[in-house]
Amino acid sequence: MRASDYTMEELMVVAGAREIRDNDVVFVGMRLPLLAFQLAKDTHAPHAIGIFENGILRDRPAGEALYTMGDTPNTESAIWTTSMMDIMALLQNERVSLGFIGGAEVDRFGNLNTTYIGGRERIKIRLPGSGGGSDIASLSKRFVIIMKHEKRRFLERVSYITSPGFGDGRDWREKIGLRGGGPCAVITTKGILRFNSETKEMILHSIHPGITLEQVLENTGWNLKCAPKIERTKPPTRFELKMIRKYDPLGFWTRNTMK
Amino acid sequence: MKEAVFRFVEDGDSVVMGAALEAAIPFATGHEIIRQRKKGLTLIGPISDMLFDQMIGSGCIKKVIAAWVGNVIMGVGYNMRRAVEAGIPKKIEIGDYTNFTISLALHAGALGIPFIPTKSLLGTGMISEGQPFKEMECPYTKEKLALVPALKPDVAIVQAQRADEEGNTHFWGGSGVTKEAALAAKKVLVVVEEIVSKKTIQRDPNRTLLPGFLVHAVIPEPWGAHPSPMQGYYNRDHEEYMTYHQDSRDRKGYLKWLEKWVSGVKSREEYLNLLGEEKMKSLLLKRHRRSLPVDYGY
Repeated sequence: MRASDYTMEELMVVAGAREIRDNDVVFVGMRLPLLAFQLAKDTHAPHAIGIFENGILRDRPAGEALYTMGDTPNTESAIWTTSMMDIMALLQNERVSLGFIGGAEVDRFGNLNTTYIGGRERIKIRLPGSGGGSDIASLSKRFVIIMKHEKRRFLERVSYITSPGFGDGRDWREKIGLRGGGPCAVITTKGILRFNSETKEMILHSIHPGITLEQVLENTGWNLKCAPKIERTKPPTRFELKMIRKYDPLGFWTRNTMK
Repeated sequence: MKEAVFRFVEDGDSVVMGAALEAAIPFATGHEIIRQRKKGLTLIGPISDMLFDQMIGSGCIKKVIAAWVGNVIMGVGYNMRRAVEAGIPKKIEIGDYTNFTISLALHAGALGIPFIPTKSLLGTGMISEGQPFKEMECPYTKEKLALVPALKPDVAIVQAQRADEEGNTHFWGGSGVTKEAALAAKKVLVVVEEIVSKKTIQRDPNRTLLPGFLVHAVIPEPWGAHPSPMQGYYNRDHEEYMTYHQDSRDRKGYLKWLEKWVSGVKSREEYLNLLGEEKMKSLLLKRHRRSLPVDYGY
């Protein structure tokens, strides 16, 4: 596949899906992860289970395109429709192995801000808030961040923590009393970043086709460290693209057709 | 609807709406509250997909207690941004929660206890000075816990598929925090697609979300959740969310939208006339998926 055969969003969905392991219990969330879960089910993770905070658990993709988890096709053929409390019980009781979160701002240690740009005391922009993001970041065994890679979004330090990553690094999560394992990957419009197992600092792991290392570094607001060998993100296969387009036929999420 | 909102939603009340997240959102009730020019309301909900933004713009809200306020497929809510950043049409206060902690707060209210501990919230901006949450050391395990105080709303608006005249309510699909909200609230209004016989409820008690003795009013309002979906009745009208997002981008556009869809119509019936038969038809179920009956016999 050449880079012109797919969009950046499609590549991000594929990268998200590849983070899902077979047998994972996935807290799916909104937007691109909705597609990533559907895709993983159809490819390498047929046994993964998807849970949705409105109170839905399902083990096969929905029959039609989803715009939100509350869409009627997401209920049809579900295994369990219940309350949010039951879903959050699974999360807090360490039964969720993977969660997905989007972010407006992220920092060197994977902390996310989706509430106040400029901080709570000096609000520049009021964003929608946590949703379930903070719960997923606090409580899931590992979580993946999906967001745009821009300098104004990749900051040395976020001004407000909506969803905790590794705080100021190392054993911060343990000290603060958090149970979940923290972020394991950041999938961006430029590449994929992971975290140093000791310092918990974000490091560049792979670069998407068509993107240069300079572009990644220029769009990161701190001196980004790189893995010893930086990989190229594997492009989508023909089959993966076919499935994404089946689940997003109008291109609302992945071809920017309707915004 | 008019009478129920007039009698049971008072100025200054705290009101839970949108408790089932993106589905079954009580848009018709929200619009009636705007038409009746209620004042100083506090809205409570897990996330709000567009409805809270519409209500904030109308000026009837003084505070929002929620995990997320915006437009789920489009992003931010422009009215919320204008209110918080610039005080237009008036300054509102925001209580920042997470989905889980809204659920816990209402659950504590439903249980009649003052707070519930959780392992969420720790290390976040939400647990800082001036916020309702506190930290404690667990008296048993010594681990750190965050405490979520109980919420006891004045009113819970429950949008459901069907109820009998006593308010015994059937709901199917993911219910979010609806049950917790109804059990915690002082007054419960149930808005349904149709009123059914008590026998219909009794034939399937496992589908009952809440018993009628907690319910103050039952309001039959077909399509009362549009543009959000109602499982078994109609699908989500995605287009409406996209249009509102564009329309509400500036204050003038929002006021035009408000005049057309809320102030300019007297009832849900008029709203549906404006929506048009063709649009409604396109949202109807394309394929039915009926459950199989179970045997409750003895």
